Amino acid sequence: MSARRRGDREGDGGRAVTLEQLLAAKEIVVFCGSGGVGKTSVAAAAALGATVHLGGKVLVLTIDPARRLATALGLEGLGNRAVRVPPEVLKASGIEPRGELWAAMLDTKQSWDDLVLRHAPDEETAYRILENRLYTNLTARFVQSHDYIAMERLFEIHATGEYDLIVIDTPPTRNAIDFLDAPARMADFFGSRLLRWLTLPYRVGGKRGTRVLNVASRPFYQIADRILGSQFLKDIAEFFLNFQSMYEGFVTRAKAVERLLHDKRTTFAVVTTLEAAPLHEAERFCATLISRDFHLGALVLNKTLPDSLRDQEGAAAATACIDEAGSLADALVDPEDPALADRDRVARVLRTVGESYRNFSVVAMREAELRAELARVPDVVARIPTFADDISDIAGLDAICQYLFSGSSPGPTP
Amino acid sequence: MNGPAPELLDRRLLFFTGKGGVGKSTMAAATALLASSIGKRVLLVEVDAKGDIPAQFEHSPVGFTPKEIHPGVLAMAMDTEASLQEYLRLNLRVPVIGRIGPLAHALDFVATAAPGVKEILTIGKIAWEVREAIEGRADFDLVVVDAAATGHIVAQLGAADSIRDLVDVGPLRSQTQWVSDILADPAITAVNVVTTPEEMPVAETIELVERIRNEVHVPLGTVIVNRVLPELFTRADEETFEALRAAKPSALLAARVGPGITDVLDAARLAVSLRRTGATHLEQLRQSVDLPLLYVPYLFVRAHGLRVTRMVADALGAELGL
Repeated sequence: MSARRRGDREGDGGRAVTLEQLLAAKEIVVFCGSGGVGKTSVAAAAALGATVHLGGKVLVLTIDPARRLATALGLEGLGNRAVRVPPEVLKASGIEPRGELWAAMLDTKQSWDDLVLRHAPDEETAYRILENRLYTNLTARFVQSHDYIAMERLFEIHATGEYDLIVIDTPPTRNAIDFLDAPARMADFFGSRLLRWLTLPYRVGGKRGTRVLNVASRPFYQIADRILGSQFLKDIAEFFLNFQSMYEGFVTRAKAVERLLHDKRTTFAVVTTLEAAPLHEAERFCATLISRDFHLGALVLNKTLPDSLRDQEGAAAATACIDEAGSLADALVDPEDPALADRDRVARVLRTVGESYRNFSVVAMREAELRAELARVPDVVARIPTFADDISDIAGLDAICQYLFSGSSPGPTP
Repeated sequence: MNGPAPELLDRRLLFFTGKGGVGKSTMAAATALLASSIGKRVLLVEVDAKGDIPAQFEHSPVGFTPKEIHPGVLAMAMDTEASLQEYLRLNLRVPVIGRIGPLAHALDFVATAAPGVKEILTIGKIAWEVREAIEGRADFDLVVVDAAATGHIVAQLGAADSIRDLVDVGPLRSQTQWVSDILADPAITAVNVVTTPEEMPVAETIELVERIRNEVHVPLGTVIVNRVLPELFTRADEETFEALRAAKPSALLAARVGPGITDVLDAARLAVSLRRTGATHLEQLRQSVDLPLLYVPYLFVRAHGLRVTRMVADALGAELGL
């Protein structure tokens, strides 16, 4: 595939029309979409493609890869450390990259710890936070912390300037767009009046109860006490008192992360299958990206059925296989070949083959209809077929790559 | 191992979880429909209010107050703020006169600060409805929950326990014990994991079953495998199929039925390969999980909605031996 190089921009006023051009123009590509659409594989394939076609140093930051894919990328048990995919591994799959492919996985807990160590005013405070049982809970169980920490890691890696291109896979969230709000939510959270309110009584020491528990805050404390018990409330407050010492650093950082996502150098690629629920989620996501002024670079339709399931010749042949199975079998039967010796078996296989085509045809039609309904579509649309085998190695990623980088549009609607 | 589970619908509380995109909501909806078809009244609870559940019945979205969306099937969308209001009203006699605003903010804040608070409001409300049903105060017999995905479900199921780990005293401690009791009772509760015959969903299912066993006290029910492709051929038939793809027979076929035969044979080849890839994952699942497995076939249909829900319900009913 290394022989296949695409030409330069085709006089389109500088807009990217292929994924290759998009990747060439950006430093960060964020792949997003709902669960189960194959984001991780597509992101890894895009990174591989960039390494092959564009060169430079390319990093794919993945969140939760399938074990075999992680192994294929050399990522097992490595946590946050980026590793280079050995050129020999790529060569073994017939790939001659111009650049270097690097891969890293997101270790949420480690990333949080790093963040605390970086922003705490002193080591003692840092360790008081790290050893707090609420903190352990917060980082280990609080699923949404994934959102923020992924973006935070992205910022961190980008800031090192080590890579020409960073491709990031987004964490599974309830809603694909949650992570967009994560930096702002983080900043809001640490800047919230409630946080100050809650920690205030414990902060002012001697004066507590007189100045702080004013008329406005008293009912809140009464209710909170009754729900949570005062000791627990105090635990929370003390924890956040420590945590708040990191306020400046955190908020500055969260704002920088948000700026980076809005930066011209960053683009978003939405991945979806042609099933109703993921597709509607993808549409909502495209609309949100546009309305909030993020750069929507590409839409990738993954695991699609081939167009050959929708052509009239195929349908006619399938019908004939079913309706004329008997007479076709008479013509095909071959006593010399044990596999074709039994007429009834040949007829049965022909009917099965025809019916299977019709079944898949129904699904292919449904996909085509959904594709036609896509309202907001970015300039670059790539379509990847269903592969019979799992994408679990470099060769599989390369196969996706062929479609990602072919620059073909999904074609006219039926 | 992997046997049928006809008694599943005799429980009072069924959770449906699984990796995103495998069809959790469809299974929850189909189970509710199935239960209603054998005369039960069901409350369907949608935890991540996306409106998927009412859509399975071709009904408009529902709110926190249960609403009958199909004969015998009531539905509600979980709302932690409404759940808090209800909790305060019922348990603390806090006068909630409209202005929950500041308190809702406080809830958001505390929920962020103390993981488990939001979850307990969800799980607490669900357990509450179950208790109402068991004690005959509700107009339904069974609560079916379209629960959080694999990443979040353990925190949700374990919320009551983890709150008690954190809170040493106070009303919250005593008021979470009964929730844990309902969840832990195998005669009442079962967690069902939905998957598809694909690598990641199967891997997550195996991992989740382990985690539920080790980390929370909630009994497991079944594993439902969705979108199982049909086996097209017996081994002998497949040899015949491969023989038909050889040059001479396929040329003969093309002459008789037209050039489209290549597409038809290729499509069957793809179907066979897809089924085979799925089968290896299913085998992995069977070997790793000792729970009843229910299979729901891939549906080659155009649309979604009540008709599909009914087809899935029929498939589930057959698998359960009803």
